[in-house]
Amino acid sequence: MRNHFFAGLLAAALIDPDLVLITADLGYGAVDEFATARPGQFINAGVAEQNMAGLAAGIALAGGRVFTYSIANFPTLRCLEQIRNDICYHHADVTVVAVGGGMAYGALGMSHHATEDLAIMRALPGMAVAAPGDEAEVGAVLTDLLAGGGPAYLRLGKTGEGTVHTRPIEAPRGASIALSRGGEVLLCSTGAILEVVCRAAELLDGDGIRADVTSFPWLDPFDTAAIREAARSYAAVVTVEEHSIVGGLGSAVAEVLAEAAGPVPLIRIALPARSLSVVGDQEYLRTAYELDPESIRRRVRDHLEAHRGLASQVR
Amino acid sequence: MTTGTGSPEVARAVRAHVLRMTSIGRSSHVGSALSCADLLAVLYTDVLRVDPAHPDWPDRDRFIMSKGHAGAALYAVLAERGFFDPAVLHRHYQNGSYLSGHVSHVGIPGVEFSTGSLGHGLPVGAGLAWRARQTGRPWRTYVLLGDGECDEGSVWEAAMFAGHHELGTLVAVVDYNGLQSLGTTEETLRLEPFAAKWASFGWEVTEVDGHDHAALAHAMRVPRDPAPARPRCVLAHTVKGKGVSFMENQVLWHYRPPSPEELELALAEVGG
Repeated sequence: MRNHFFAGLLAAALIDPDLVLITADLGYGAVDEFATARPGQFINAGVAEQNMAGLAAGIALAGGRVFTYSIANFPTLRCLEQIRNDICYHHADVTVVAVGGGMAYGALGMSHHATEDLAIMRALPGMAVAAPGDEAEVGAVLTDLLAGGGPAYLRLGKTGEGTVHTRPIEAPRGASIALSRGGEVLLCSTGAILEVVCRAAELLDGDGIRADVTSFPWLDPFDTAAIREAARSYAAVVTVEEHSIVGGLGSAVAEVLAEAAGPVPLIRIALPARSLSVVGDQEYLRTAYELDPESIRRRVRDHLEAHRGLASQVR
Repeated sequence: MTTGTGSPEVARAVRAHVLRMTSIGRSSHVGSALSCADLLAVLYTDVLRVDPAHPDWPDRDRFIMSKGHAGAALYAVLAERGFFDPAVLHRHYQNGSYLSGHVSHVGIPGVEFSTGSLGHGLPVGAGLAWRARQTGRPWRTYVLLGDGECDEGSVWEAAMFAGHHELGTLVAVVDYNGLQSLGTTEETLRLEPFAAKWASFGWEVTEVDGHDHAALAHAMRVPRDPAPARPRCVLAHTVKGKGVSFMENQVLWHYRPPSPEELELALAEVGG
């Protein structure tokens, strides 16, 4: 995802002299090509995220179109008030980019898990929030961000996730992407866990449960129409995210269902609302926190069996 | 593009405005506003190249009031300078008004940037100065900081950046009255050797009497040349509450609004 993002950003910068990239001293091996090709549009602000966010606001208010970049929580939480006051309140054309969404940095530990970012960015006024699911979605979301501008937050996974989508896609701001239709349950995914959700759907298919997958590369604006439609079409709606259960995709879906839709069962699969101290790589941690394909399959299957059993008792 | 009114007259008018605004609005920070009234009067009369008829003129000099709690003084000087009608100043702090206690740009011509949380202005100013150089434009960028504000680490992140990149069209003016929220700056978190701190971050430092208009104008004027040069720090030695004898050098007036009786006494002292 990371390299795909930088390739797209550089292509845009080559034809747009107002596009500026600021890094807070991170992106070894990733920002070099941009910095070499467009040195006048590149700043390494040093290990100083508050200054980076303020710089971005200043440059944007004088006509620049700025992307700030760092890893995990550094470009968001470390300078949250600068994003709120300096960028959002002034409608500054700044896109905050974090690489390492969720637990992508694995064994680096708690400090490097970006697991509340979506909730916090989603709460900021006027902030678009994007968490693309694969490299194809990164490209589609970036196209929109370059056209529509900030304030925006872009959560990337890591490097080398590959592509889930087998067909060309578009992801205009606020759209979701249905990978399949007509099933019994809907699995909603946001961010780079999309490939895991697709594998869970395959496992469920083997159990005789037809599970569709819809990817939500945008959490804000959010495709509420897709959720209202799902409430009418599915026996259950499931949300899966590599993020705290507080405030992310599951919360966004719950808000829509509670206010606007019928009583379809909702299963929220996410990280627990506590600090994560288990050590391991991303795949290990996903399993440890029951975000692996088998755990997702079990949660969905158990729910449907209980639901069916209850229904048969009622009958 | 001056109004033909000199900075001493503007400063006097600003002081009278902020006394009335804080008294009517029952708002805080009158001492902070009086402290920087001369700085703002000189900036908007003799230093900044701005056009009240075209507040969004692309090549205007940029001014950021980073010590946003003294917003009443900024609103007052903008009104005096012709950005909007001074008659609306009495709406400061009132329900439904645009004139909030801390600086907000929404609905107010001439306000470059909204502030209120300290330590935000200098990074944004550094971005504006960097952008002027990048695009070859002639504007200069001024940021007015409180001395207590310099406790914020983000001030020094930006100071380091501006020094490193030699943003010579960036000017930080520090309203150095020596008093912050709960006491003196020296008791709270020692700033001294303050000039040496800025100098060590790569800034050219000038210390002036912050109520001497001629000295301020001289200190705050920097060339428009975008070539690398040390950014300028003007340490303006000021008196909190300046101009009103019973408010000068007292932390109390960081908080307390003048009563109607105190307002009359104060207005008499500032010639309002």
